[in-house]
Formats: sequence, C-alpha cells, structure tokens
Amino acid sequence: MQITRTQRALAHITLTVSILLIVFPVVFALVTSTHSFQESFSFPPKFHVGSHLLDNYRAAWERVHMGRLLFNSTLISVAVAAGKIVLSILAAFAFTYFGEFRGKATLFILILITHMLPLPIRIVPTFELVEDFGWMNTYYALTIPFFASATGTLLFRQFFLTVPNDLADAARMDGAGPMKFLWKVLVPLSKTNMLALFMIEFIYMWNQYLWPLIVTQSNDMRVVQIGLKMLLAGEEQAAEWNVIMAGTILAMLPPLIILLILQGSFVKGFAMRQEK
Amino acid sequence: MESRFPNRLLPYLLVLPSLVVVLVFLIVPSIQSFYLSLFRVSPFGNVLIFKGLRNFVTLLGDPAYLNSLIRSFFFTGFIVVVGLSVSLGLAVLANLPLAGVDIYRTALIWPFALSPAVAGTIWALLVDPSTGPITYLVERATGMRINWMTNGDLALLIVTAAATWKMLGYNVIFFLAGLQNVPKELLEAAHMDGAGTFQRFWKVTFPLLSPTTFFLFIMNSLYGFFEVFGLIDVMTQGGPGKATDILVYKLYEDGFVNFRTGYASAQSIVLFVFVAILTILQFRFAGRKVFYR
Repeated sequence: MQITRTQRALAHITLTVSILLIVFPVVFALVTSTHSFQESFSFPPKFHVGSHLLDNYRAAWERVHMGRLLFNSTLISVAVAAGKIVLSILAAFAFTYFGEFRGKATLFILILITHMLPLPIRIVPTFELVEDFGWMNTYYALTIPFFASATGTLLFRQFFLTVPNDLADAARMDGAGPMKFLWKVLVPLSKTNMLALFMIEFIYMWNQYLWPLIVTQSNDMRVVQIGLKMLLAGEEQAAEWNVIMAGTILAMLPPLIILLILQGSFVKGFAMRQEK
Repeated sequence: MESRFPNRLLPYLLVLPSLVVVLVFLIVPSIQSFYLSLFRVSPFGNVLIFKGLRNFVTLLGDPAYLNSLIRSFFFTGFIVVVGLSVSLGLAVLANLPLAGVDIYRTALIWPFALSPAVAGTIWALLVDPSTGPITYLVERATGMRINWMTNGDLALLIVTAAATWKMLGYNVIFFLAGLQNVPKELLEAAHMDGAGTFQRFWKVTFPLLSPTTFFLFIMNSLYGFFEVFGLIDVMTQGGPGKATDILVYKLYEDGFVNFRTGYASAQSIVLFVFVAILTILQFRFAGRKVFYR
C-alpha cells in the first residue's frame, strides 16, 4: 500500500513521540534507582544518571529479602506455566483424538468456564478451602489452584485440529499407542504454542498479587509483588524512591526478559489466532 | 468427529487433572460464594445466620458501595475507551511499511510484561507531591502544586492513567495481529475505487478488525474490574476518602480486613453478574462475526 512522504514522516514522528512518552516512566524509574537519597529527593527532579546504583540495589535486596522473593516468584511462575501447559495439552488431546465420547461437551464447557470465574468471584470460599487443606504459607497454595487453563486447552485444541489426521493413522499403523503419539508427534509439533503459552502464563503468574497477599504471611513465603508494598510501607516520612525503584526494577526484569525472548512465538502462536 | 484412537477410558483420564482443579478450586468455591451471600457469618466463621437476599438489599443501599460502583465504572470505562483508542492508533501506525517498524513494535508492546503493582509503584514516583516529575511539570504549566494524596478525584484519575498505561502493550499486540489478518487485496481495491486513507480505515479496516476490538473490549473490562488490585494496594489503598475504592478493593476490605464474609460474598455475586453479562455479549457477538469471515 502506497503512502505519501508526508504521511510517512508524520507516522515516524507520532510513533517516536508516543514511544518516548510510554517509555518515560520506566526510564525515570531506572534513573532514580541510580540516585543518592538527596538526589532522588530534589525538586525539580533530576534526570542524570547517578552513581549509587549498586548501593540502592543492595539496600533493596537486604531490606525485603529480595533474593528469597525473587526465588519464590520464579519458582511459582515456572511451576504454574509448566503445570498449565501439561494439563491443557492432555485435555486438548482428549478433546481432539477420541471422537465423541460420553459427556465430552459438558467436560469441555466445565474447563472453559474457568474464564468466567476470576478470583474475586470466589475469593472467600477458595481461601477457606486452602486453609482447610492446611496449605496456608505453602507453595501448594501458590501454584495448584492455578493449574487449569481454558486458554491453553483452547489453544492446543485449535492447533491439534490443524494437524493432518494421516499422522495419527500412520502412528497407529506402526503400532504406536495414543500416549506415544502425543509424546513423539504432537508435543514436538506444538513447540511454538508451548513457548507462547509459557510466556503468557509466566508473566500472568509473576504478576499475581491478591492471592499471594492473602495466602502467605511469613516473609520467606512472600512474592516479589508483595515486596514492592513492603518497600513502600517502610516509608514514614519522605519516600526513599532510589531504593524503592531499585526494588521495582528487580521486580519487572524477569517477565520483561521472557517477553523480549519469546515475543516472536507469542505473536505467531497466540495473538494471531486468538480472536478467531 | 471420528475417533483416531479407540479407547474408552483414556479420554477421561486425560481430562481428569484439569477437571479436578477446575471443580475443586473454581466451580465449587463459586457455588459456595452464592450460598454464603445469603448469610451473615460470624467473624470466626462458626455461626451462619440466614439473611436471604438482605445482604444484597443492604449492599445496593450502601452509599459506600454505590460510590465504589461509580468509581469502578469510571475506572474501567476510561481504560476501555481511552486505552483501546490510543492502542489502535499506535497499532495502525506501527503496521505501516516504515523503516525500523520492528523496533517500533517491540517498543510498543513491552508494557505487557509489567505488573499492576509495578505500574502503581512507578506512577506513585511520577506524581509524588514533593518530588515527582509530573508534579513539577504541572506546577510549571499552571502554578499549582497538585497533591493526589489529598485530592480524591485527582487520585482516581492518576490510578486510572497508570492502569491504562500498563495495558497499552497488550492491546497493541492484539491490534497488530488483527491488522495483519486484514486482506491486502481489499485495501488495494478500496484504493483503486478512490477511497482515501481515512475512508479505507473506517470503511474497510475498522469493520474487519471488529472481532479483535471486541475481544480486547472484553479483556480490558475484565482487567479493569478484576486485575488491578495490586495497583490500588500499592498506590492508594482505596483512598483518599474512598476515592479509589473500586469494587475489587472494597471486596477485599470487607472480606479480609473487616471479616464480613457474607457481605463480601454478596459483592462477589455482583461481580459475577458483570462477568456473566460480558460472557453473554461475547457469545452473541461470536455468532455475528461469521458475517465478516
């Protein structure tokens, strides 16, 4: 499609200005995390890069046991992303390769219904249930309730429907059972979709706040998002923004890195077919 | 559908893990929410007093709840209308055949990885009443020192802006994907027929994009109602003076700070009604979509 030179120039200018505006908050956060307390407390605000980067990250790290929080967040995010991938691949396989078994439609709807029941709708009973299980302050509470995935089941089902039937027939001729076919043929073919789902679910879990807030109390079970609140809450007088921003940058780096690495698979495997 | 692997038991075994998680942690607790919403529960949970629908009557007559409703609708409405408009504009530009367009795209989608709590913390820095750069710019421009910690409406505007900013990346990703599904031939044909840039957008691209727009309308509404708890909790805790006390925050306070379990469950059910409406809309629209495809 042809566009005129003026339109092209306008597009470049609008995009550049918009991106600068969108990036500014994070750049300012990064700059603040290099300042001394005095620099971060100045008005008008300072925009130069300071020399206290390491001090601030060390202070944030020690103040809220950032190492432990990052470990917890990584552990539960990887576990939930992996759990969702495994459970939804199994379910999607059942829905695509076994014909019309009894109760199939009902089971499918039951799994899709996950979309209709966000946490706030069932928060009190789910909390009480986890309490009854004796799971408070454990990794079980932070992972197992998240394992089902309507998104994943739909994604893999849609993908399996595009896989030629000849492959399954050939596998059966060779005497391979269904599980062997799933493991040797479908799983390797699903790599892009698995990476896409891993990215979304890792970020989704990393960014959870409300559920970890209510099911954990001890400092060594907290996650990094709650660490931000702990950093902010320690402030009685003037906020030590230099230290708080160091913590904030640490909290946002892992999902950002995952996004930058996996965005290609995400767009190909997920976004392009999501609304169909 | 023909069965590729004749096996009676296996499909059930394969669905079982997902089914157990869904039943135990989602469906049964949701039904319990309905049940609890009909009771007054003593703070230790050991006594249930049946109240019928009176929790709902109390709720809908409670000025604090109505305040929370109105503020939530402003909050979510702003995210949907402003957020989607800005994202669509940016996605259309980033879909043009420009030099360096891949860099533009990556630079637009990364806020997707930020959490609401991170967005909230960074925006609290930007509008800090004594040191924030936005505070400074506003003072330079108007001579006024703004303080969102004492001005409720300003606080609502700021948490809304922070939440909208965080969602831009997600919206741009899906708009870009949707734009790439718009057939080039149709745009060429419209061009041949003498349609200008704006006409091509409004008459061809925008209608063809409507499934994406609608999908994002649903996702942004769910985000505005359900996923912003962390942002509110780090920025304002619902204040000042309940100005940012949106529904999910009030639900948390009543359920987990004030221990009014039955009352909180009634609030859960009101939220369920919102999700149900969105779901029905989605099914209705999914049927009509065939028209475009």
